[in-house]
Amino acid sequence: MKLTNDRAAELKEDFPIFRRKIHNQPLCYLDNAASTQKPQAVINAIKDFYEHSYANIHRGVYQLSQEATEQYEDAHDAVGKLIGAGENEIAFTRNATEAINLLSHTIKPLVEGSTILLTEMEHHANLVPWQQLAKKEGMKLSFIRMREDFTLDYGDAEQKLADDCAILSVSHISNALGTINDVKRLVGLAKKNGALAIVDAAQSAPHGAINVKEIGCDFMAFSGHKMLGPTGIGALYGRHELLEQMEPFQTGGDMISSVTYESAQWNDVPQKFEAGTPHIAGGIGLAKAAEYLQNIGPESISAWEKELLKHTLESISSALEKGDIRLFNPGHKHSAGILSLNLAGIHAHDLASLMDDMGICIRGGHHCAMPLMNKLGVAGTARASFYLYNTTDDADRFVAGLKKAKEMFN
Amino acid sequence: MMYQEHILDLYKHPHNTGRLKGATHSHRGHNPLCGDDISIELIVDGEKRVKDVKFHGNGCALCIASASLITDAVKGKHIDTVLRLKKDDVLGMMKIPVSHVRLKCVLLPLEAVQKTIINSRGISSTE
Ligand SMILES: Cc1ncc(COP(=O)(O)O)c(C=O)c1O
Repeated sequence: MKLTNDRAAELKEDFPIFRRKIHNQPLCYLDNAASTQKPQAVINAIKDFYEHSYANIHRGVYQLSQEATEQYEDAHDAVGKLIGAGENEIAFTRNATEAINLLSHTIKPLVEGSTILLTEMEHHANLVPWQQLAKKEGMKLSFIRMREDFTLDYGDAEQKLADDCAILSVSHISNALGTINDVKRLVGLAKKNGALAIVDAAQSAPHGAINVKEIGCDFMAFSGHKMLGPTGIGALYGRHELLEQMEPFQTGGDMISSVTYESAQWNDVPQKFEAGTPHIAGGIGLAKAAEYLQNIGPESISAWEKELLKHTLESISSALEKGDIRLFNPGHKHSAGILSLNLAGIHAHDLASLMDDMGICIRGGHHCAMPLMNKLGVAGTARASFYLYNTTDDADRFVAGLKKAKEMFN
Repeated sequence: MMYQEHILDLYKHPHNTGRLKGATHSHRGHNPLCGDDISIELIVDGEKRVKDVKFHGNGCALCIASASLITDAVKGKHIDTVLRLKKDDVLGMMKIPVSHVRLKCVLLPLEAVQKTIINSRGISSTE
């Protein structure tokens, strides 16, 4: 179903939070790259679970435990379906960060080569875990260069992938710039060179059609809270045969098949990677979120967000002088619905605080990408990021906010 | 409303900016998380009074306004008085409600001024 202003406004009604006001104004929520709001359906799924089916999983023989187990296991399939994963290829984690940490702690035995290749635009979540692995294993870090237009330099990628690359881990969409990276191309190059390929889909899985088989990656990580689901639940996709070969990340209950005083045997995938009692209600809530996204249609979500971005860029160019604004965006053709910018002479935090006074939630800061900010020569940027429930009215309020800030600070 | 006229005025036309020739004390206050970066220089005389003070650097409006007010406030004061200044004194000078997440911006200049005295060995920097 194609999203339009009317349809987005209708969808907004599915989200109870939009009934509240912020500083006496209707809530204009444009911090979706940080986290998204929750539809009633997701809230109800969690509530229903606690009210009707709650018990621990995999342990009880009684009906309630079986119901809970079934719902939690099915949740893996619902989430997997959204990204085209096969059976038993999804392990739940706390978030994308934990999924990447799981990998950085377990995949060394699977790789050959000594370089971990990232890009210059990674979120700290897809950087710091690899710094730690590099330190521990004496590996090298290398970074695919970003060009002046905020897209990746694919020629540079090609060279670096050919140079003893063991692991490629790249964000599909940059949370700080909006840039959509051609992960299919990068993964293809990685595979040709025998490297393992990981996609950080924290910003892409929530916003568009993704198919892991088409991309060809070995692993993918994303977070539930950025895709209408609850906090505390995320997912790792892994090719089944790799998940089978890997050692567990954490150990303890639930992840074993048998234990003696001396040793233990691991349970099947994905349980092998889900030690201890997991976030059962979170998994069930995330499955409902995946279903909600599927019903709307991931393609129509990305198309709508692109339209909102285009609308915003056009309004900005007529509302503000070129010299008064610096955009950190590759243009709507290469970008998701994320817009980072700075107004001349106004600190990003001042801009974000001013917008807050107008009921508009945007982010100001380094967006967990300090090395990128350093490269751009800024302490931070102000960022608006769209989702399926945003309308052109939200975008217009943002642009009006920019204009007002400009007037106040001049 | 944090961005009232007097705050914006101080941001656009800050007081006591620049470098001090013959500074006896200095400190760079830096918050890498938000990029506020304020260096303070003082001249303290034989009676331990702040004879002159200046600041330079980059920061958000709240930080620059606060640096202006603090540097005004410490001029001519005994260093013991300067060391006794507290968060509430700064908020009193700002005369605006400061949201919790922005407190650091407002307090950085006071911290930097006090550190010039605490680390009076000379040029120093902490983050
Ligand atoms: C590109 C990207 N990767 C990883 C993460 C980490 O997500 P989480 O904090 O949910 O683990 C984020 C979150 O901002 C992100 O934008």
